[in-house]
Amino acid sequence: MAIRITSPLTRESARALKAGDSCLLSGVIYTARDAAHKRLCALIESGQPLPLDIKDTVIYFVGPTPAKPGQVIGSAGPTTSYRMDAYSPALIAEGLTGMIGKGKRAPEVVSAMKKHGAVYFGAIGGCGALLSKCIKKADVVAYDDLGAEAIHRLEVEDFPVIVVIDADGNNLYESGREEYLASRDADQAR
Amino acid sequence: MREITAALITETVKKLCIDANCHLTEDVKQCIRDCRAVENGTVAKEILDRIIENCEIADENDLPVCQDTGVACVFVKVGQDVHITGNLYDAIHEGVRQGYREGYLRKSVVRDPLDRVNTGDNTPAMIYCDIVPGDTLEITVAPKGFGSENMSKIAMLSPSDGIDGVKRFILDAVEAAGPNPCPPIVVGVGIGGTFDKAAYLAKCALLRPLDQRNENPFYSALEQELLEKINALGIGPQGFGGRTTALAVNIETFPTHIAGLPVAVNINCHVTRHKTEVL
Repeated sequence: MAIRITSPLTRESARALKAGDSCLLSGVIYTARDAAHKRLCALIESGQPLPLDIKDTVIYFVGPTPAKPGQVIGSAGPTTSYRMDAYSPALIAEGLTGMIGKGKRAPEVVSAMKKHGAVYFGAIGGCGALLSKCIKKADVVAYDDLGAEAIHRLEVEDFPVIVVIDADGNNLYESGREEYLASRDADQAR
Repeated sequence: MREITAALITETVKKLCIDANCHLTEDVKQCIRDCRAVENGTVAKEILDRIIENCEIADENDLPVCQDTGVACVFVKVGQDVHITGNLYDAIHEGVRQGYREGYLRKSVVRDPLDRVNTGDNTPAMIYCDIVPGDTLEITVAPKGFGSENMSKIAMLSPSDGIDGVKRFILDAVEAAGPNPCPPIVVGVGIGGTFDKAAYLAKCALLRPLDQRNENPFYSALEQELLEKINALGIGPQGFGGRTTALAVNIETFPTHIAGLPVAVNINCHVTRHKTEVL
């Protein structure tokens, strides 16, 4: 059964989620990938204000395709997260509570998640057409010059994500694989 | 001497860019369905169902299957009895420009690897030209996403490493990639040639339909063995555990130097896209 969660996501709500939880996310999230992360962290480093309120925010690592006429947004699946590893700890320290992407994260990111209370969700990579259906509104709020890499404010409804790494550092990439292999080996031994 | 106009080439490339990005070929879709039928991981089954549903939504609505509509890799086989009126390379770039604009595809190319300013029209394309006998011109457009491209690897093995070394290198590349390239993946392998030729062979291997094995029985058996070994790793769809880590392993080979054993692994995600037209 999927757990219904909303964004903004408080520290407490983030800490309550466990690796492996299937969730349906509704509310407001923001997009950012490589270039936007670089700019956000440059602002933090120089003590300047960010173009979005980062407290209790969920960031979706995505660069969507352009919307066709009549569409809210084009295809919008997750991009690979490790490229944001250099930037995520600083954003988590500023109040970021959730990240949506796909693929492994660096130990520094997991440490920051444990310290401050944040969660890393996976969305299904390569399912951009399907996931775009859960996005009800999309507006560019910063860095329009970056095109697909601009920061968009998204209103999502029942957006399907799975908790990959929780605020205790549990990791579904490790546990899911171990469980599958154990059950397969048990079947073969039967 | 048969004449083919640059305008026709542009029009064809444009159409192929849009078609390839929105509609997977039947062999890929069938392979995903076949893998779903024999998958036994619980989460894995659900993810494969979503992947199949995503392809259907993309097909029905002419939407890009994935938001990473890739860099346009264009393979051209030019018949030696064809005369092209106009500039072939310009015609291809223009087709990519029009296709990515009119098809609402993402522009993902930066003009310089270090200054990283987007070219705004997804050009230049990566163009591979071959001269072949005949009077036709075959164009294949294969948009390549970089989540999987970034997980690709090349090694200059020693001849003494032999087949075991080749197998180990391929399996290690898949293991290291883990969940990053959106498994289930397609593994393109190039063995032999030179440093660059091996990489090119690996890329060409990704163009072969998934239900077609290497014509050489030895390499056909090696493809099958590697696929089984990869699917025993347990990485599974999206890396959450399961049987379906790869849909296929396609190997291409070429003669090489007495001192060398180049091996390249070009990884593609399940969104393995390519469309071909013969003019």
